[in-house]
Amino acid sequence: MKAAAFEYAAPTTVDEAVTVLAELADDASVLAGGQSLVPLLALRLAAPAMIIDINRVEGIDEIRRENGHVRIGALVRHSTLTRRGSAADAVPLLGLAAPLIGHFQIRNRGTVGGSLTHADAAAEWPLVATTLDAEIELRGTGGARLVPAREFFQGPFTTARNPDELAVAVRFPVWGSGAGFAVEEFARRSGDFAIAGAACGIEVTGGTVSRCAIGLLGMAGVPLRAEAAEAAAVGTAVRDLDAVEIGRLATADLTPPADIHGTSRYRQRLGAAMVARALARALQEARDE
Amino acid sequence: MNEHPVSMTVNGAPARIAVEPRKTLADALREDLGLTGTHVGCEHGACGACTVLVDGVAVRSCLLFAIQLDGATVTTIEGLSPADGSLSPVQEAFRNCHGLQCGFCTPGFVVSVTALLADNPAPTDQELRDGLAGNLCRCTGYQGIVAAAREAARQGVVQGVVQGVVQGIEA
Repeated sequence: MKAAAFEYAAPTTVDEAVTVLAELADDASVLAGGQSLVPLLALRLAAPAMIIDINRVEGIDEIRRENGHVRIGALVRHSTLTRRGSAADAVPLLGLAAPLIGHFQIRNRGTVGGSLTHADAAAEWPLVATTLDAEIELRGTGGARLVPAREFFQGPFTTARNPDELAVAVRFPVWGSGAGFAVEEFARRSGDFAIAGAACGIEVTGGTVSRCAIGLLGMAGVPLRAEAAEAAAVGTAVRDLDAVEIGRLATADLTPPADIHGTSRYRQRLGAAMVARALARALQEARDE
Repeated sequence: MNEHPVSMTVNGAPARIAVEPRKTLADALREDLGLTGTHVGCEHGACGACTVLVDGVAVRSCLLFAIQLDGATVTTIEGLSPADGSLSPVQEAFRNCHGLQCGFCTPGFVVSVTALLADNPAPTDQELRDGLAGNLCRCTGYQGIVAAAREAARQGVVQGVVQGVVQGIEA
């Protein structure tokens, strides 16, 4: 239960971090909040030669409103997003999802960038990023690039980040001020990873759904978008919208992985129920504009 | 040995140690500083027994490496009780409400409840239970623990003491 020996670097700038990372690439792990990496080290499921601790890197813990999006620095802690009063308020899903992450002791330390790059299929930030079509900002020695969330998550614990790249921020699009949002999850115990969950954003114009995004968690190795269900919702009059039917549609074609917590069919039905709840709640929150 | 110097403030006093990078804060507190009140249960962030305050917020000390904490302020269970050896209000509430059995998980619970009440002095029962969910008690004495946290929250004086501890850390 003790980590294997490793070398330790604590760069203070992004350039420095990226340089160290480029030298070691596959032999290095980036340490941010450590709430997933350190257990992996303790259990020796990971044993990198070098740990690059980015907690002292300047300028990657900021939350800023930029043109049409909110840019969350990779080192922003989950607990920061549980509190209102920052530019993150413009993306309500962030404040709704943050309290669902682990326990408060975990949220005090865990980071947005760490959660995204760790890419647990049941984690909240990959779900929110996928639902909102966020973009992950990567920096390497060759420069910067933006990767859309739906391309970033490639499989369980697998992302489009190259080993010599550092995730420095994520950009979440800001929706209309009348938009409604909700996240629903089912977990056996408070603080556990959810067995199934859904995030939803909805905009209503003239009594009709004009925009709808539905993200799913726990249905596959990566978070998914329920595109058929979204398409069915858009253009429907709010009074005719059948959230249960949209939920059923959202998971109809899926074959979620079975495990000790539930069969594939159970997860599929649970996912449908989470979509129905999230959609109904988001609709309540939305203002017609 | 590949050891690195680390300077921290622990329970109000300066502490200088030399650690291998892989040594967790929990192990450094226990082995290098002799502060064995911080208990190590699961060693991978699941049980909460090793909870301490770092720069005023509760964290799992088994998920931090001591080498990361150069310049940080750490408060352990030993630092929460008054210097005269009496009990802190949260500790007192745990004793009054039978909030412990074997006692292994207790330091983690006391630190977590202290931090919880500093952040939210008047939690609802649901907030209290959510806040306690990050700590495990293998004796399953949760009813007594919830009762203790509730009593600690009920006492106005506790709030002042709790915030005093955290403000002292922040100062």
